[in-house]
Amino acid sequence: MTRTEEEPARPTEPLEPLNPRAVGTSPVRLDGPAKVTGTAPYAWEHALRDPVYVHPLQSAIARGRVLRMETGRAEAAEGVAAVLTPRNAPRLADSSDRALAVLQSDDVAFRGQFIGAVLAASPEAARHAASLVDVEYEVEPHDTRLSSDRPDLYRPEAINPADEADTEEGDVEAALAAAHAVVDETYSTPMEHNNPMEPHTCVAVWHGASDDGEPALTVYDSTQWPYGVRMTLAPLFALAPERVRVISPHVGGGFGSKGLPHAHHVLAVLAARTVPGRPAKLALTRQQMFCLTGHRTPTIQRVRLGADSGGRLTALSHEAVEQTATIKEFAEQTAAQSRMMYASPNRRTSHRLAALDVPVPSWMRAPGEAPGAFAAEVAMDELAHALGLDPVELRVRNDPETDPRDGRPWSDRRLVECLRTGARRFGWDARTEAGARREGDWLVGLGVAASTYPGFGGPGSVAEIERTSDGGHAVRIAAADLGTGTWTVLTQIAADALECPFDAVHLEIGDTALPTATVAGGSAGVTAWGSTIVAAAREFRAQHGEDPAPGARTRSGMPENPDLRRYSVASFGAQFAEARVHADTGEVRVPRMLGVFSAGRIINPRTARSQFIGGMIMGMSMALFEESVLDHGTGHVVNHDFAQYHIPTSADVLDIEATWLDGPDPHAGPLGSKGIGEIGIVGSPAAVVNAVYNATGIRVRDLPVTPDKLLRY
Amino acid sequence: MDSQLTLHVDGEPRSLTVDNRTTLLDALRDRLGVTSPKKGCDHGQCGSCTVLLGGRRVVSCLTFAVAHDGAEVTTAEGLAEADGRLHPLQQAFLDHDGFQCGYCTPGQICSAAGMLAEAEAGHPSSATADGDGPGGVPRPVPLDEEEIRERMSGNLCRCGAYGNIVDAIRAVAGR
Amino acid sequence: MKPFDYSRADDAGSAVAAVMARPDAAFLAGGTNLVDHMKLGVAAPELLVDVTGLPLDRVEELPDGGLRIGATVRNSDLAAHPLVRRRLPVLSQALLAGASGQLRNAATTAGNLLQRTRCGYFQDVTTPCNKREPGSGCAAIGGWNRYHAVLGASEHCVAVHPSDMAVALRVLDAVVTVLGEDGERRVPVGEFHRLPGEAPEADTVLRHGELVTAVEVPPLPAGTRSGYRKVRDRASYAFALVSVAAAVETDGDRVREARIAFGGLAHKPWRAERAEEALRGASATDEAFREAAEAELRAARPLPGNGFKIPMARNTLAALLRELTTEERR
Repeated sequence: MTRTEEEPARPTEPLEPLNPRAVGTSPVRLDGPAKVTGTAPYAWEHALRDPVYVHPLQSAIARGRVLRMETGRAEAAEGVAAVLTPRNAPRLADSSDRALAVLQSDDVAFRGQFIGAVLAASPEAARHAASLVDVEYEVEPHDTRLSSDRPDLYRPEAINPADEADTEEGDVEAALAAAHAVVDETYSTPMEHNNPMEPHTCVAVWHGASDDGEPALTVYDSTQWPYGVRMTLAPLFALAPERVRVISPHVGGGFGSKGLPHAHHVLAVLAARTVPGRPAKLALTRQQMFCLTGHRTPTIQRVRLGADSGGRLTALSHEAVEQTATIKEFAEQTAAQSRMMYASPNRRTSHRLAALDVPVPSWMRAPGEAPGAFAAEVAMDELAHALGLDPVELRVRNDPETDPRDGRPWSDRRLVECLRTGARRFGWDARTEAGARREGDWLVGLGVAASTYPGFGGPGSVAEIERTSDGGHAVRIAAADLGTGTWTVLTQIAADALECPFDAVHLEIGDTALPTATVAGGSAGVTAWGSTIVAAAREFRAQHGEDPAPGARTRSGMPENPDLRRYSVASFGAQFAEARVHADTGEVRVPRMLGVFSAGRIINPRTARSQFIGGMIMGMSMALFEESVLDHGTGHVVNHDFAQYHIPTSADVLDIEATWLDGPDPHAGPLGSKGIGEIGIVGSPAAVVNAVYNATGIRVRDLPVTPDKLLRY
Repeated sequence: MDSQLTLHVDGEPRSLTVDNRTTLLDALRDRLGVTSPKKGCDHGQCGSCTVLLGGRRVVSCLTFAVAHDGAEVTTAEGLAEADGRLHPLQQAFLDHDGFQCGYCTPGQICSAAGMLAEAEAGHPSSATADGDGPGGVPRPVPLDEEEIRERMSGNLCRCGAYGNIVDAIRAVAGR
Repeated sequence: MKPFDYSRADDAGSAVAAVMARPDAAFLAGGTNLVDHMKLGVAAPELLVDVTGLPLDRVEELPDGGLRIGATVRNSDLAAHPLVRRRLPVLSQALLAGASGQLRNAATTAGNLLQRTRCGYFQDVTTPCNKREPGSGCAAIGGWNRYHAVLGASEHCVAVHPSDMAVALRVLDAVVTVLGEDGERRVPVGEFHRLPGEAPEADTVLRHGELVTAVEVPPLPAGTRSGYRKVRDRASYAFALVSVAAAVETDGDRVREARIAFGGLAHKPWRAERAEEALRGASATDEAFREAAEAELRAARPLPGNGFKIPMARNTLAALLRELTTEERR
């Protein structure tokens, strides 16, 4: 059942801080027993009767038009229910978003784009029939090659999420000319793919004639944002939002790629409309994920740093070149963190895009910050080397007292403490000159980098509290758990907010039948949803007292936090890495990493540690392994599977530890918590690359650092 | 082209008719509703679909169901007791937070169960020194962290839970 | 995937007859490569003859101390076999360097030998590939060729053979026994795999319907030390950039005899005869090892994306030989 209720009021006064009791402890994951037995239902796994299986047809060209599709053999194949093409697919009510205007025209804008689908009684039949469709194209020359000297680079109107593309303060050129030491280098990062373990899956059921005669849609999905899927799909299919229900209780990872709906959502619903009443099941293959679920743009970043003889930055310039698609713009905020990380009187940042015949880039864990910090934090290492200064000390000397962007005070910036704590715990003193330490066949080095992630988290969520007949409390909010611990940590927060036992909270998430929730993205989910639950719990107590009757119920929106206007809120961290590089083969091992973070109150140390470490590992992976190889001849990612697109195995992950500075951020809302989901990947690639330099004396400026780049000929 | 067969899944005989093209993984998930093994890549490159087939760990995506008439298949669901009590590995994964999103987890746990049996039977890994036991009789391989990491390298985890997974397995291997 | 018939073979002869009789038939054993290819559309047999029930799953000791390894012995069982571990460390190490525990439990000896290249274009039916579709062209030559061949390639194909085990068998001078309609024939492993030449679609000299029944491995001379070293982009569960198998006899600080094969460099396991020649009688020094490698690699013709393989192969060979000639016997 889909509930429609008017938007409840939001508290306008800041809420009193939460009194933590369950918060700050480490209960095991509530979804854990179901996950270790494999019985937690992911999108594909809801028991539904009489499904049809959808296998997409994809463009084999990167630009042009579909002239003709010969579908007769496929339609005649055993078990086939229908073959959708641009000619016969249902029309969408709104095709203005070209990335979602699936099968609405013959145009092909990137290789692998959906040009049809086969619906069949079994997955085998659907896939086989898809191979029987012959397609004739009008081929146009395509262009997928990003470079920094393309004449068609342009400045976007804004960068993700909603920031200015360029900034300029002071006179960078003059400051560089006058600097005691200068770094001027270009860094590049490749196209990368999120690759959550659960492939993107959408099971759609079109209820053509539901009880009231109006059509309705149920979607079993794997999404970081159930309400986002509803809000996106409803207008495309001319449905009122409340006619769309999205169910997504468990999400097998997302890392940003399940943050926004993609074309496969639309294709699944188009298929469902073709077979009303029957579930249309669509799970992308691993290979298809490389062209249909977003990607991290490749970047080319020129970083120029100038410093005086005391190691203080006098100039900081960070200019980024990225790609976007022809059909839709995504402008990643690659250089944005260089606007606030270090003090410098002269500063420039810029973003330039090339619109190429590629799929639309999208969010991948710490979009902008992760590749941007690679360039900026390696450049800082190079500057430290040029100055003969310890890299930790260089960062300490350039720690800004207030936010360089606007002079606001920091709510809680403890980067220097992170650096000092980490250096002590990691044994930073043992660091030698570059290339000076060898143990057997292995060259050994240490590296450091700083991390930051913004304190996102806007209004929009609503939570409902209801007394249940067992004396407990139902807590309802359409949040998502993609491995983030949401099931567990929101239960902890609700228990403290209601001042009731942990076991007395019955959390319900992952369903648009529940009150609305913002996206599990921007490392903002738990803080936004959690403070909304705190507001609802306080309102519930105010309305119903300490021992209300079963059925007593209250809804509340996310509270205002005026401190977010007065203070600059962000998470910070320092990351340390040891790299060992084989002197003969160039193989790299990372035996140790340590991250020390300042991220406000940690709700659940057990799950938080896992999330920090997971981010650090993904950063190490970005440093050493990940690269989607775009073949400019065909326009597709050649290495589109897990055998060729490498992520770490257990054998690659040695001693990786994360710790944090205690204490709530006093300005970050009633929980005092900040984002932890993404900061782990920010800085860790640079820490690894800086450690590799310290081990070998070889400075790699283009990721990933594969063995061939470290061979000594 | 279809075939009839019986699979003994988690202790239950299950007779079914499958298209010969149906993999063991799809037979379990789509025909029998046993969705504990997960489909992460469908090409033997991630390990999410690992089950114990006749007691040995294999990826169920790269084998056809039709080739396994009469076989014993154990999934992570079947490792738990019928009354819901968890297998020691499952409890250890909970205690050590050996997962985040949980999608690779049933495969990790089946793989760990199979791996412990292999090590007990004296099967070496790349991390094992050459040589064998006295008289050429294989002896159990002690499982330090390096052994576990190498032996579990066929199970990818994108959330990066590896350290906790190794801790969980060590806790069980040490018993 | 095309619909197909499935049958289980009761004896090797009838299995061969069944596959010989139909051009669209194929043997099925571990399936780890064939099932993969059927899903991708790279292979489309309409009859699978399952040979896992045949009595080919034994490792037997031969009178001369060598081993006869049945075609369906699983890779994990072979790697763990006490005689293999004791007498043929290079083989055990190579097997354990390949794939993952799960895959080794399924993959067989013959299947490992017969596995096909992991070239990304070969595995993607939407791109041209002369190996998959003769005459369609080679997308790798002008495309992504980081993993591709630097030795023995042709203008038609630059793929590499992915097996680790086969590289070890090459230094061991193994012999493949093959059953055809005219009975058994024996093919030295060095002649079993082909270079691509004009016909890259054929990986091996096997004729349609011939069944690999066993691999025979002669014993290594007493005092020989053997080992396998694989360099890859991550620490485990990845195909080789470069690998080296070697078996070395030393006489004091000189090399008496060395047998060397490279993986990851060519369309077949690459026996480095020039390097072996250079090492015969040479002093066991890093310099001599590198010179020997260079003698072999002089013939290398890198592609734009894989020139690094030449120094990597040289260094890896030197590192392995250093280990085999200096380390205390374990």
